[in-house]
Amino acid sequence: MGRFVIRRILQMVPVFIGTTLIVYFLVTQMGGDPIQNLYGEKPVPDNIRATLTAQYHLDDPFFVRYWYYFTGLLQGDFGESINQGRPIVELLAEAWPETLKVAGVAFTFELIIGVIAGVLAGMRRGSFIDNLVLVSTLFVIAVPIFVLGNVSQTFLGQEWGLFPVSSTDDGFISYVLPGLVLGSVSLAYIARLARASVAENLRADYIRTAKAKGLPKSRVIGIHVLRNSLIPVVTYLGADLGSLMGGAIVTEGIFNIPGVGYQLFTSLNVEDGPAVVGFVSLLVLVYLISALVVDMLYAVLDPRIRYE
Amino acid sequence: MTTIDKTASVPAPRDGATHDGPLLDVRDLHVEFRTREGVAKAVNGVSYSVNAGETLAVLGESGSGKSVTAQAIMGILDTPPGFVTKGEIVFRGQDMLKMSEEEHRKVRGSKIAMIFQDALSSLNPVLSVGYQLGEMFRVHQGLSKKEAKVKAIELMDRVKIPAAAARVNDYPHQFSGGMRQRIMIAMALALEPDLIIADEPTTALDVTVQAQVMDLLAELQREYNMGLILITHDLGVVADVADKIAVMYAGRIVEQAPVHEIYKRPAHPYTKGLLASIPRLDQKGQELYAIKGLPPNLLKIPSGCAFNPRCPKADDVCRTDVPALVPVTEQDGTDLPGRGSACHFWKETIHG
Repeated sequence: MGRFVIRRILQMVPVFIGTTLIVYFLVTQMGGDPIQNLYGEKPVPDNIRATLTAQYHLDDPFFVRYWYYFTGLLQGDFGESINQGRPIVELLAEAWPETLKVAGVAFTFELIIGVIAGVLAGMRRGSFIDNLVLVSTLFVIAVPIFVLGNVSQTFLGQEWGLFPVSSTDDGFISYVLPGLVLGSVSLAYIARLARASVAENLRADYIRTAKAKGLPKSRVIGIHVLRNSLIPVVTYLGADLGSLMGGAIVTEGIFNIPGVGYQLFTSLNVEDGPAVVGFVSLLVLVYLISALVVDMLYAVLDPRIRYE
Repeated sequence: MTTIDKTASVPAPRDGATHDGPLLDVRDLHVEFRTREGVAKAVNGVSYSVNAGETLAVLGESGSGKSVTAQAIMGILDTPPGFVTKGEIVFRGQDMLKMSEEEHRKVRGSKIAMIFQDALSSLNPVLSVGYQLGEMFRVHQGLSKKEAKVKAIELMDRVKIPAAAARVNDYPHQFSGGMRQRIMIAMALALEPDLIIADEPTTALDVTVQAQVMDLLAELQREYNMGLILITHDLGVVADVADKIAVMYAGRIVEQAPVHEIYKRPAHPYTKGLLASIPRLDQKGQELYAIKGLPPNLLKIPSGCAFNPRCPKADDVCRTDVPALVPVTEQDGTDLPGRGSACHFWKETIHG
């Protein structure tokens, strides 16, 4: 296991370099003129343009610029946002806590409710609860998330006043509704995955053995069925963790939360290359680490998988 | 296959044996599966009994209802689609079908245990064998995790698994087929039950390992004076271990007899066919006998005797009347104890 982890961490290095290189390249190819964006419609004075170009190395060859960027990255220097003129580390430090709170709510919600709904549905195939889970999850999957977000904002927030409508002024409660909306689609997938694998494992020979041993039902389900049914769910959760953090652009937009997705979207709009690369680089790290955690969890859940 | 001493001569009563009659008495059991295609009548009036220290072999093709009967006894029938529609399963004087689910659960594993066919799929792949063995003690006797592990090691020693203490934390896939089956046996034996049901315990094993596993099972049965129901389709295994045999076909017992008599003089054409289909050295080079046709579809069991479409002796009466399981006697009418046949022509079959 130890050697596996070390090997995987070493594998992360080329992946990280490769992805940042590609993202950096794509951002430089976006065209547009970030300096012009600072001035809007007005002309940019020549001396300012020259200073900024030199400051951000905008005229240097691509690989030289990447080299400057990457060496800075290794020292924890993400560079400076062209658009806001602030260190990108500051932007990251502001955005990540917001995103983590929303993602945390979403993750907890989808894990707990999703697994419970899936297990109940899988245990009673064809029952009312099974059909309820199937229909409601299909509904959630079918409806686009911006519809879900706007509708729940309007009704749960404005009309019935159950949750704060937007922004982050009300402390933790402000993150609950965005979290629920963000986690809802993944919840639907988790419920369906758990349902299918519980239904399948219930018919397994070792469950028959567990019953023949005279184990109480709670133990048969809670230990023998669940341990085996969680394996596909964990796979999904690992991949989902990344998209909860980077893919929350729509949800963060609707609820006006200045998180990673929101910042990324803004930076893209104003062609703020360094900021985009900075946010994406960190997201790449999050994906890589969550993939590693999932692989390690596999070995814990299923001893037949051994890493040597 | 090695010869194994009989156990019936050791009638030492087990503690708590305050009831009269056999250890387990199955009476007129009916089980059906209600499926979308219709009602499959898997068990249609099975009766058999087992005493302490006795081995009953239940013989039959796939789909003859032998495993379903065992599952009904254990109370682990999947309901739905399976339902016990009629009959009694009397264990130590108590009808288990009338017990509450909780009472029945406490009997399972501690008083009646079951060994399954394929030990690899029958053991949970993600839990260590020590954990799965220890569970018996933790659930039924309330032992702590630590105490249960000690007991699990003892059990693994008991079924002759080498280096038990070192292997207690291993997982099922790390053991060989024979060792896995030993673990299944250890699990069944854990709480020294009165009765063990072994559902084709050696089918998935190679011949030398089969012999070892059967030896072990017989030895432990003798030691604990347990009743054993051995479900199998291997007539070779039966001859060595069993005291009596019940042959099943389409959910009924078609013949029952003490073990050696059935080999000498079968009283049912189906049993006769089964015996004739065993390969024999003195018939080397000749074509092997096979019973023609296929087992019946349980959704549409043939009228009359279920075996009639495949029976070489079938007559009109076989197509209309279901033959009852009647006692078999000698030609002069003297009793043959323990023998019965469900054939209209049992006299011709056994004496003809």
